[in-house]
Amino acid sequence: MKLHTVCLFLNLAAFWLLNSGHNTLLILLLGLASILLVLVISHKMDVVDHESQPLYLTRNIFSYYLWLTKEIIKANIVVVKHIWLGNQSISPTLRTIKISQKTDMGKVIYANSITLTPGTVAIDIIDDEVVVHALLKQDIESLLAGEMDRRVSQLER
Amino acid sequence: MFIAATLAIFVAMILAIIRGIVGPTLYDRILAVNMFGTKTVLLISLLGFVMGRPEFLDIAIVYALINFISVIGVLRYSDTNKLKHTPSNEKPLDKEY
Amino acid sequence: MDIIINISGALFLLIGSFLCISGGVGLLRFPDFYTRMHAVGVTDTLGAGMILIGLMFYSPDFLTFSKLVIILLLTLLIGPTTSHVLAKAAMHNNLMPKLQQEDNIKETSSSNY
Repeated sequence: MKLHTVCLFLNLAAFWLLNSGHNTLLILLLGLASILLVLVISHKMDVVDHESQPLYLTRNIFSYYLWLTKEIIKANIVVVKHIWLGNQSISPTLRTIKISQKTDMGKVIYANSITLTPGTVAIDIIDDEVVVHALLKQDIESLLAGEMDRRVSQLER
Repeated sequence: MFIAATLAIFVAMILAIIRGIVGPTLYDRILAVNMFGTKTVLLISLLGFVMGRPEFLDIAIVYALINFISVIGVLRYSDTNKLKHTPSNEKPLDKEY
Repeated sequence: MDIIINISGALFLLIGSFLCISGGVGLLRFPDFYTRMHAVGVTDTLGAGMILIGLMFYSPDFLTFSKLVIILLLTLLIGPTTSHVLAKAAMHNNLMPKLQQEDNIKETSSSNY
């Protein structure tokens, strides 16, 4: 709880400093006051916990981001190719896929990664199944192969 | 270079507007308006660089947030208040909303 | 050094412009709502990302750079959220996607949709 508060304070302070760019005393004091106000309000709302500040992810998340960026670039090239090839080349598919993540955070990361990659959109999550619409049949097959699922599960623990 | 990119963004915005006017269902229109909004964010930041005033980026940040809130608001409304006119167990394929 | 920065920035801007235009073309060209959403996904992720990274090469000071990074992060957070909410609302109001194969329709209609 203490650690999450400190982390939220640092995030808000960085956001204020990067957005304002003024270093006079008055502006800095106003910034400090508004950060404290936000901290008080978020403590009253009881939202400062491991869900809003997932610190335990920090260890592995950067390598995952790197891998996800590579995947996004590859998927973008495929989708742009099929945009210019026309309607005959696409094969829209709707399927439910099993997900193996236990925690809510893992499920959210997995579904969000599916949506962030062009060509696949996660439509709904029912218990431990996610409904995916894909532009191409290959995309669904590569999701079923489970590379992304494995990496998100690795992130979880 | 900035001007060329600005023109490209303009072309993309015009295409989005055409889809928003034509678009058969309500959701196509919302999708087009959403894309128009994200392109506006890019346009504002590009225009800031064209005019040599990078302060425009603040406006771009605020516009991105407003765009997000407005799209989510419209969708909450359509989800709860039933903008649709068809009963739920009919087949509403290709029907105008 | 200056020339390298200029050329790479211009290259990023060019790729971003091309991606944005092709996303717009896909928005007009694809047959139904769900496939159009994928076309918008292209402009939301890599199109916006390339243009903002291209602008980062030209940024005069650190504050401008950091604001561009903030806009990029906001775009990457907002894009998938909006498309997921849009797809979910469309699905709940019974807008069915056009699918390619017959067996797909059977398979999905057996599982709640």
